[in-house]
Amino acid sequence: MEPILRVDGLSKHFQLHEQQKLIPSCINVSLEVYSGQLTALIGPTGAGKSSVLKCVYRTYLPSSGRILFFDAKGREIDLALASEHQMLELRSREIGFVTQFLHCLPRKSALDVVSEPLVARGAGRESAREKAAELLAMLNVPERLWGVPPATFSGGEKQRINLARGLIARPRLLLLDEPTASLDPATTDRVVEPIETIKAEGVAMLAIFHHPELVRRLADRVVELAPPVVATELLETCAH
Amino acid sequence: MNKILEVRNLSKIHGRGCPQCFDTTGPAQDTNICPHCGSVVAAHDVSFDLYAGEILGIMGESGSGKSTVVKTLFFDETPTAGEAVFFDGDAQYELFSLNAAQSRWLRNHRFGMVYQNPHLGLNFNVSAGGNIAERLLMSDIAHYGEIRSRAKALLARTEVLPERMDESPKRFSGGMQQRVQIAKALATRPPLLFLDEVTTGLDLSVQARILDLILEIQQELSTAMIVVTHDLGVIRLLAGRTLVMRYGRVIEAGLTDQILEDPQYAYTQRLVASAL
Ligand SMILES: Nc1ncnc2c1ncn2[C@@H]1O[C@H](COP(=O)(O)OP(=O)(O)O)[C@@H](O)[C@H]1O
Ligand SMILES: Nc1ncnc2c1ncn2[C@@H]1O[C@H](COP(=O)(O)OP(=O)(O)O)[C@@H](O)[C@H]1O
Ligand SMILES: [Mg+2]
Ligand SMILES: [Mg+2]
Ligand SMILES: [Zn+2]
Repeated sequence: MEPILRVDGLSKHFQLHEQQKLIPSCINVSLEVYSGQLTALIGPTGAGKSSVLKCVYRTYLPSSGRILFFDAKGREIDLALASEHQMLELRSREIGFVTQFLHCLPRKSALDVVSEPLVARGAGRESAREKAAELLAMLNVPERLWGVPPATFSGGEKQRINLARGLIARPRLLLLDEPTASLDPATTDRVVEPIETIKAEGVAMLAIFHHPELVRRLADRVVELAPPVVATELLETCAH
Repeated sequence: MNKILEVRNLSKIHGRGCPQCFDTTGPAQDTNICPHCGSVVAAHDVSFDLYAGEILGIMGESGSGKSTVVKTLFFDETPTAGEAVFFDGDAQYELFSLNAAQSRWLRNHRFGMVYQNPHLGLNFNVSAGGNIAERLLMSDIAHYGEIRSRAKALLARTEVLPERMDESPKRFSGGMQQRVQIAKALATRPPLLFLDEVTTGLDLSVQARILDLILEIQQELSTAMIVVTHDLGVIRLLAGRTLVMRYGRVIEAGLTDQILEDPQYAYTQRLVASAL
């Protein structure tokens, strides 16, 4: 079987000009993600797990290495080199990202925030809302919150809204960054089912889990990142 | 995706200019004023593409040249150099080689502009509805009843109460004036809309409502937009891609989340850090 994502020797460091510092993040990471399977990234805080996901989504510019994505048309695209428009297109159709924190419009109800990715792809508002309601019920989000903007929700509630939003669009590749970090054990349990469902439907996932137990239950492959390296001082003068 | 606008090497000098203007200004020189002739290099060598239905952000501090870029594209100012091509279905326009009638036609029919200052976008001597009618009259609709009902629908869409359509926007709140401006800009369903600091100076809750509205419209009509702002929050919410300007130059460009979370240049890093 061919992977949908192959990361090959990915490294990322941040060059902070003002502080004259070079901050290393992930170093020489290689991994594969297959359709219908979940690859879990593990390692201590600061090892660069989130950075790997952000490099795949191109929120961070990779410093070196290749990020090969095989799109729906079977083309191989190096996400480290893809054009901005190509990335936007992939983000809207093929690659989803459940980030650690929910960013959304202040006035939109939870139901609309969750249905948004489907509507953006041309689904009818009502059918998208029905799907969203189904997911929110599955994730145990109380129905009284559905019509309310998530801005005032608790951390755990926001996290489930964020997860539902990622799950609803069924991208070909879904990146998950600690989707259960602020959930209690009972609620964490509710998250397993929808993740298993989309896995069975063929979605490929690259995930970071706060709970080791979820790695055991959900991961088909585990990739461990090395502990973080210390930042170095930078000797440089810069133009800008 | 289709390209709707292609801008290449756009420059604008205020003043008589001299051969040293470009070499003696810019981020490395820390000024946009030429020490030889005193001219202001408001923009230099600005190039970018805009695709149908996308929102491009232009951010930078006050005076960096953001407004200059959209003003030249909307024919409010004449560029000193550069090219811009507008692709409109099968037609294609070299924006900086058009005659006055042609550019007026594009302004009235195919482009829309929303200014920070509502005085620039609205005629305060006529009613809110009249402002929209003015724009509709310039297009092909001439039937009174139809104009009135279109104006009403547009104002309703931008959440201006229909009871107030016969009042002058002079008496409206700042947020409402911006919504009338948006309705007016949208009247001809332009495929390209310029928004210059449209929420600057408004209360946060009013801002949020306008930003929501802009995004909804963009989804409904797939309008391509260039959003100019010094507010990183506005950029984050609206723009898929962003240009960062300083002293008239584009110093960094990329996906908006990348520009905000992994800025590459010292200046952008400082700008983002100071907004946190
Ligand atoms: N945007 C950023 N700018 C500067 N440094 C960053 C940025 N993001 C992450 N880092 C640094 O990169 C290292 C790895 O961070 P991260 O990827 O968040 O690790 P993990 O998710 O494994 O905890 C840390 O030292 C962190 O401070
Ligand atoms: N008509 C003018 N005459 C002289 N200088 C001008 C004129 N218009 C703009 N400028 C200057 O050009 C530079 C860029 O202006 P502008 O594009 O309005 O910046 P921004 O929109 O980023 O605040 C500024 O230094 C401004 O003072
Ligand atoms: Mg992390
Ligand atoms: Mg300006
Ligand atoms: Zn000069």
